[in-house]
Amino acid sequence: MRVDVAGVTVELAGARIVEDIALRADSGQVVGVVGPNGSGKSTLLRCTYRALRPTAGTVRLDGDDLHAMDARAGARLLAALPQESAAEFDFTAAEVVAMGRLPHQRGGAPFTGRPSATDAALCAEALDRVGAAHLAGRGFRSLSGGEKQRVLIARALAQQPRVLVLDEPTNHLDIAHQLEVLSLVRRSGLTVLAALHDLNLAASHCDLLYVLDGGRVVASGPPHDVLRPRLLAEVFGVRAHRVTHPVTGAVQLLFDRIDQE
Amino acid sequence: MPAMTTAPAPAAAGPPALTRSRVVPASAAVLSLLLLGSLVCGVGLGASGVTWGETLHFLGAGLSGGTIRSDEVAAYTIVWEIRLPRAVLAAVVGAGLASVGVAVQAMVRNALADPFVLGVSSGAAVGANAVLLWGAFAALGVWALSVSAFVSALAAMALVYMAARTAYGLTPLRLVLAGTALSYGFSALTTLMVFRAERGEAARAAMMWLLGSLGGATWGSVPLAAVTVLVGILYLGARAGHLNALAMGDETAAALGVRAGRLRTELFVVTAAVTAAVVAVSGAIGFVGLMVPHVVRMLVGADHRRVLVLAPLAGAVLLVWADLVSRLLLAPAEIPVGVITAVLGVPCFLLLMRRGGYAFGGGR
Repeated sequence: MRVDVAGVTVELAGARIVEDIALRADSGQVVGVVGPNGSGKSTLLRCTYRALRPTAGTVRLDGDDLHAMDARAGARLLAALPQESAAEFDFTAAEVVAMGRLPHQRGGAPFTGRPSATDAALCAEALDRVGAAHLAGRGFRSLSGGEKQRVLIARALAQQPRVLVLDEPTNHLDIAHQLEVLSLVRRSGLTVLAALHDLNLAASHCDLLYVLDGGRVVASGPPHDVLRPRLLAEVFGVRAHRVTHPVTGAVQLLFDRIDQE
Repeated sequence: MPAMTTAPAPAAAGPPALTRSRVVPASAAVLSLLLLGSLVCGVGLGASGVTWGETLHFLGAGLSGGTIRSDEVAAYTIVWEIRLPRAVLAAVVGAGLASVGVAVQAMVRNALADPFVLGVSSGAAVGANAVLLWGAFAALGVWALSVSAFVSALAAMALVYMAARTAYGLTPLRLVLAGTALSYGFSALTTLMVFRAERGEAARAAMMWLLGSLGGATWGSVPLAAVTVLVGILYLGARAGHLNALAMGDETAAALGVRAGRLRTELFVVTAAVTAAVVAVSGAIGFVGLMVPHVVRMLVGADHRRVLVLAPLAGAVLLVWADLVSRLLLAPAEIPVGVITAVLGVPCFLLLMRRGGYAFGGGR
């Protein structure tokens, strides 16, 4: 499913957080959004999973205006892993995954209903796909960061969406789990929109990158074209050297120490 | 994918989710029977000795429209007109407070919240005190207390809503802050009213009301409370899946197609209305709405589809017994039932809390 973001502007309490953002992700593409802290990555993503309504502009899925859709209908097309994972109450991993079925359940999930066989099967399959079937009965809050992220991806998969939005999915994970999460995401075959901090991970896992600075898109294109030392100096204020990954051939960056000027 | 290094305790995997789903119908059946038994005990036990045989006979006669002898009328009246409505109202109030407690905790995403955190009960107290101390709304007769408490609870709810709302709907922190702040204001007002009261007996009645009592229960006070509580439970039960999403955070809720701001407004209105209806007939009975949700979560986990089935039943059973103790312990004098819920509840609660791996919000 194609995602078209056009002219998206968000003002919060009079401040313009993002301005006139245009972004396109074709069906099955993995698109990374990178930029310094406070550049508006999260705000842009929040507009796509409808935690926020843009002040101006549209988000379209295959041409249909997402914000004009019924909230449930939108959630059947687009799933998200927001940055928060503040479960105040101790749900099990299986219960967290089951929440992914909510947009498919007419009338919600009342206390009188029993989960349908289809829902149960989809949840089990989703947990299996992320290699977390053994975590089903565990308390979500007792899981490690990597396990939590896998369970949340399973919830998104159980939602059977066509688009997956991830807000810094590799935060606080060790390198093995970072690579694992991004590989799971790539293998999902969904159109993916992900905010990422690690430029090398972004370069090696994304088909396209959008660079945000001060709430605007300052560059976009394949990682190879976007991640140029001059742009990185302007946007992030760092000196970088480009190398080619000896195995994958992806562009990778090496950064100077700031005290080595 | 790297090898899964930590795959501990297969014993903890799988089964709990399955057994839990069987635990719920079984617990619901047990609690329903327990509630029925508790109601019979609530009717059968009392200061004026009506035997169990008589109690069951009167209950049967009352339910089936059977006949009683003329010399039984006095005892029949005690059973049918005094004890039964009181026990039924205790069950209704307990069920209402427990379900509202569950919903409020999810709504403000805070394990410490209870039905009274929204300021509704403190508002009701102002209205109740106006009746008890000043004889306000005397024209309404026996209805004055309930009506005045209910109306002032709704007024408090409107004030809290206006103070808490933002352009993005109601947010948890603002809701708790507005409710707590206004509670202090209302409490100051009630304290002043009690302090300025000229008649000591009226001040005692006001105190009793503040701590909660079912002493004023009649059949007349049952219908409105029962219908409101029932509608509230059905509404909250229908939103069980949405409450799960809301408990995970507003952003997660949005990603699952749940509009958190609008849902929270709906929940606020429903929980405040149920609280108002309950508080109007029983005063502010503490601890039930805080404790029962946690006890139920300890037993069946956090999923609201299970919690909302069992919490009303557990709350009903608890309050029927608490009320029974409150009127029997120092009979014929009555202890405020709020004192009993705390005295019974605190030790049980601490025991349960220390026993298992249940975390009350916050980290482990």
